[in-house]
Amino acid sequence: MRIFDPHIHMTSRTTDDYEAMYAAGVRAVVEPSFWLGQPRTSVGSFTDYFDALLGWEPFRAAQFGIQHRCTVALNPKEANDPRCAEVLDVLPRYLAKDGVVAVGEIGYDSMTPEEDEALARQLALAVEHDLPVLVHTPHRDKAVGTRRTLDVVRESGIPPERVLVDHLNELTVAMVADSGCWMGFSIYPDTKMSEERMVRVLQEHGTARMLVNSAADWGRSDPLKTRRTADAMLAAGFDDDTVDQVMWRNPVDFYGQSGRLGLDEIKPDDTALFQGNSIKRGGE
Amino acid sequence: MDSPLSSLLDRTLTPEAHRWLSDAVARAAGDPATVRTAFPAVGRRCGRGHLTAGWTVADAARVRLLIALPLRGAALAEEVTALHRYGDAGEQRAVLRALAALEDADPSFGALGLPLVREALRGNDTDLIEAALGPYAARHLAADAYRQAVLKCVFCGIPLDRVAGLEDRVDRELARMLVDFAHERVAAGRDVPDDIWPVVRVHPDTLEASGLPAEADSAVPERRAAAARALAAYDATPTAAGAA
Repeated sequence: MRIFDPHIHMTSRTTDDYEAMYAAGVRAVVEPSFWLGQPRTSVGSFTDYFDALLGWEPFRAAQFGIQHRCTVALNPKEANDPRCAEVLDVLPRYLAKDGVVAVGEIGYDSMTPEEDEALARQLALAVEHDLPVLVHTPHRDKAVGTRRTLDVVRESGIPPERVLVDHLNELTVAMVADSGCWMGFSIYPDTKMSEERMVRVLQEHGTARMLVNSAADWGRSDPLKTRRTADAMLAAGFDDDTVDQVMWRNPVDFYGQSGRLGLDEIKPDDTALFQGNSIKRGGE
Repeated sequence: MDSPLSSLLDRTLTPEAHRWLSDAVARAAGDPATVRTAFPAVGRRCGRGHLTAGWTVADAARVRLLIALPLRGAALAEEVTALHRYGDAGEQRAVLRALAALEDADPSFGALGLPLVREALRGNDTDLIEAALGPYAARHLAADAYRQAVLKCVFCGIPLDRVAGLEDRVDRELARMLVDFAHERVAAGRDVPDDIWPVVRVHPDTLEASGLPAEADSAVPERRAAAARALAAYDATPTAAGAA
């Protein structure tokens, strides 16, 4: 089984996770830029983070046979801090990078005017740079937030097939299905969505434009939730080809719209260096 | 950019890549801010393959973009420094390789790119260290920094024939540093890279003044053997007139 996790924050994960993911069939990941659990206070800490998403982290992933791409953006939560909002001025430099396959995560957190501004500007940047977008939907007031997100997306003029609306659930999936956007589901140990609920959503809404991710990060989360969902799909009677569509071909088709995905078969290799540094410990 | 490299680039680019690059160069010449999104895209637009000794297609294409910028002096340095700051390893490498051409095209650029050379020399990326030690570093690095850079190459395994200007900048202190390095290696029973000997040959007294010859009489067999190998390699090196 081959798995593409279209949303996972590997910067927060360990090398054990990479090993377990490879063993479970994960061969490609996309890491969206997001907030770090505590607020950043300057543009510089964003750009250092973007550099790591494009440099150190894909290097680390490649050691374990996993291809790593990323999305960059000013996330909704930090869009509200004027010290961070200026990152929008330097974002175009990063949107031109080879490893960037979408603008994201953008969207709403508390639906403030600042978030409106950041969302609209970044949707325009996606159009300008010919990139798809990954849109986060809010944890609070999700149905209203998702509807408002879809309205802003429509007004921006970006084609809906270039938009992935993420963190959906039973109550928000139908409106996104109707919009023509892609649908993302984050499978978490306790919250958001479970693998069993995910299987029911797929049975009800079909597998077209559907993406499943672990959204694993520094919080309580599980980078193997993609594999567990694939297993639950098989147990529920989905065939191998349908599992491959959801777990591999759908994310490849969505992010492939960037023209920069360029996936190759790679083998684990822990002998390489990045800027002269390795992931080994003990003098290297 | 010197014209053989430029014409080699023109012969190597596909028609589509050539169109893209010409367009990007024209836009950068009109509005320098456009280089900020063109520069990172060069690899996937023009190719990343080998062009000629030490140069990739992307390196040469990026140099062409930089020398097209309608900026001079401090403004040019500011734009180029930002491209380096926000650049990945490939972009940084191209900026470093472009420094000499930028100064050739605009003498007021002068030593303003030197902080970028110093940053690469502080790092561990041998590709960037090598790119930093081109003709620009040979012109501008102070003697102590230049010597340290050469020694770093020896430690990192970068062949010294890739360091620009070495012939002209060899001094007694550099030869002394390399001899002391060789002595340390021999005392550990290890081999010494052959490419230090032409430098030492220019100042043979540094070898005589060092503790290396005495290692040939060491009580430790490994040290004796390593000394014999090192001294034989030195003896086999042509004298100053023929030195690299």
